[in-house]
Amino acid sequence: MKSEEIVLTMRDISKNFPGVKALSHVDFTLRKGEIHALMGENGAGKSTLIKVLTGVEEFETGDIHIAGNDKCIVNRSPQEAQVNGISTVYQEVNLCPNLTVAENIFIGRAPRKLGGIDWRTMNARAKKVLQDLNIEVDVTKALENYSVAIQQMVAIARAVDISAKVLILDEPTASLDESEVEKLFDVMLALKKKGIGIIFVTHFLEQVYKVCDRITVLRNGTLVGEYEVEKLPRVQLVAKMMGKDFDDLASIKKPVEEGKQSKKQEVLLKAEKLASLGKIKPFDLAIHKGEVIGLSGLLGSGRSELARTLYGAERVDEGTLTVGGKKQSVKAPIDAMKAGMAFCPENRKDEGIIADLSVRENLIIALQAKRGMFKLISKEDQEKFTEEYIKILQIKTADMETPIKQLSGGNQQKVILGRWLLTHPEFLILDEPTRGIDVGTKTEIQKLVVKLAGEGMSVMFISSEIEEMVRTCSRMAILRDGVKVGEIEEADISQENIMKAIAGGDEHA
Amino acid sequence: MHNMKETMKKVTGYHLFWPLVCLGVVLLFNLIKTPSFFQISINNGVLYGYLIDVLNRSSELIILAVGMTLVVASSGGTDISVGAVSAFAGAICVYALGTGETYRMPYLAGMLLAVLIGTLCGAWNGFLVAKMKIQPMVATLILFTAGRGMAQLVTGGNILYVKVDSFKRLGSFLPHVPLPTPIFVAILVVVITTFVLRKTALGLYIQTVGINAKAGKLVGLNATLIQFLTYAFCGLCAGIAGLIITSRIYSIDANNAGLNIELDAILAVALGGNSLSGGKFSVAGSVIGAITIQALTTSLYAMKVTADQLPVYKAIVVVIIVVLQSPELKRMFNTVKAKRASSKQEGWWHNG
Repeated sequence: MKSEEIVLTMRDISKNFPGVKALSHVDFTLRKGEIHALMGENGAGKSTLIKVLTGVEEFETGDIHIAGNDKCIVNRSPQEAQVNGISTVYQEVNLCPNLTVAENIFIGRAPRKLGGIDWRTMNARAKKVLQDLNIEVDVTKALENYSVAIQQMVAIARAVDISAKVLILDEPTASLDESEVEKLFDVMLALKKKGIGIIFVTHFLEQVYKVCDRITVLRNGTLVGEYEVEKLPRVQLVAKMMGKDFDDLASIKKPVEEGKQSKKQEVLLKAEKLASLGKIKPFDLAIHKGEVIGLSGLLGSGRSELARTLYGAERVDEGTLTVGGKKQSVKAPIDAMKAGMAFCPENRKDEGIIADLSVRENLIIALQAKRGMFKLISKEDQEKFTEEYIKILQIKTADMETPIKQLSGGNQQKVILGRWLLTHPEFLILDEPTRGIDVGTKTEIQKLVVKLAGEGMSVMFISSEIEEMVRTCSRMAILRDGVKVGEIEEADISQENIMKAIAGGDEHA
Repeated sequence: MHNMKETMKKVTGYHLFWPLVCLGVVLLFNLIKTPSFFQISINNGVLYGYLIDVLNRSSELIILAVGMTLVVASSGGTDISVGAVSAFAGAICVYALGTGETYRMPYLAGMLLAVLIGTLCGAWNGFLVAKMKIQPMVATLILFTAGRGMAQLVTGGNILYVKVDSFKRLGSFLPHVPLPTPIFVAILVVVITTFVLRKTALGLYIQTVGINAKAGKLVGLNATLIQFLTYAFCGLCAGIAGLIITSRIYSIDANNAGLNIELDAILAVALGGNSLSGGKFSVAGSVIGAITIQALTTSLYAMKVTADQLPVYKAIVVVIIVVLQSPELKRMFNTVKAKRASSKQEGWWHNG
């Protein structure tokens, strides 16, 4: 390993948050022209390491070296990091949607002519920068006209054009579909050829094995090791991330099998010709006690909308809903809650967490709302419940008064789950409960779902990962373009059948 | 050493720390400049002194700041109509009681009517903001401009005086009570509000809706209703403040009653360490903020600053206080400290 190949070294980095050791003596090395995956479970310290590197957070000990600079660098802000040659592109694109593509690339450093902006040069240069990455778009159109994927690539183009030594991609693929991911990988490989070192933070194992050269694994704020991709089989990677042998997935499925005998239980909830205008066409659906019903379909097929209509989060325009034999008029979520429903929304950040409030307040809020304003849950009970659920769900938090926004994504999701379990629902709707969280927590949540169903709770499970659905669901409903097009019984649930049904093959036959 | 740092961190991290420091600085300044500021004397069985005056004069502001705090918390917006609504409520009260030798209707009924009018104005604001989803500033701009006009309609464009003596009580003293009545009214409003917020889940609801209304709806809260309630309550507070303002001068001057007080109320909320973008709030902080503003005004008067020049000095002090509390300054301060520490370390390297 020649030293001039190395663009970035971080040595002995430590960082404490109140009550938590976020990083302890972590080393990280990035070479020229490599794609280096940074992996670990939620709370392992990936984000913190990136934040320390880009100057969002300060670190306590250690030093950072970058090629071409003999002195240690300390970044105090992302701008300073950028000057030092380190750029970051986040999952949420931080650009101005109403400006043109070219403006977004050159904002703050536009070429000038006669005191004004030289539009022609700027547009030409923007075009060139994007062409280098094999992206053909009209650079004079507003950014908002383009998909998230293109926006992300514009962000990458901008970052690379400003300073091109180290590029950090933080969960860039989370909101992209498969073809867009491919496109992103092309861009990454093009950049790699140019000799840029790329740090790739992701949860998706397949993607790591597709494009990465090396993997650095973190666990609980410490370095597990650096590995070459070819020399580390997936199972071992997972084991290293979790610090234990990977739970064999077959072991989750078993309880479902056992639960089979008790199937065909009484119907808990029945929707007849239920519809919400412009969201979901009239559908019939019966949900039995103790079953896990999956909703499958492409993004935008009406999966979430169906669930939201049941829960009263979308306006119900026609049809009837019967819960436990009683007709219910669900006009708002509170009506659904009182009928025994609970709903974990898809978008944790926008609709789930109440960011500035504590773990405790986030946990008890649904139960409190169900009880009503005047029946305040006593402080002792609040603390008792919180302690209980922190223990049951193994939520990692400094203490129960920590604001939820300081928790990692997976732990935030557990708090939201706890919030609903505390209301003791009969019917729990989970919309993408495992999105953007690590493998370990994913498995925990899947297990929990199966266990809850075993105890008699009905669960609706929505996920984009078919594998996950196959593992957890005992029956599935398939949606396409806002219409419920069919159901699949447990015996027939397989990846292949689901794919076929979604694609619209032969479910009519 | 380490322990002391921890304790310091705990003390400075306490949410009322900076608001209290600001109030302390204003008072300390007086201690040096106007020592008589802290003297309290008894005259005719009632207490006199600058301190009493500060508390007395800040009463309306405290009451308005309490209402404003909840509006800010639930909607991330401000109600700029409270001054005008106070004037309107005051005008209604005076008009209802009449300007004769005796009241036209029972005193209590007149007061209730004024508070009811204030609440209705607040409900109107709440309807526009919570139900019609109009920007709070724009929605309350309507009553900000129309409120005084309506008050003028009620008074016929004149300054109306109430001749009955008992009308002065609310703004001055009750018989045999050494402290001015407004102080008690303010205390009552603060205590009742705090009690309701503590003993019900309303405080939690308001914060939830203010931080993330979408999430609030999904956990079963009626975000619209909660926002509406805070605006209606803010109007109620404006009604009470209007009564005190009117009673102080036992008359209603629709043009000047409560003029610009909405700005002080918003400032009180900000000085109390509350974020104007909504969410977490502290009523106690706003009360301290209101007292700070009044203490500042009174001390400037005590230093013989005239009423016309007052806003200039007030602005200077407010700028200092607001900047002191800004997170950006704290960040800059930390950066300087870190730089100094790292340069020290470098020096040590070179020596070694």
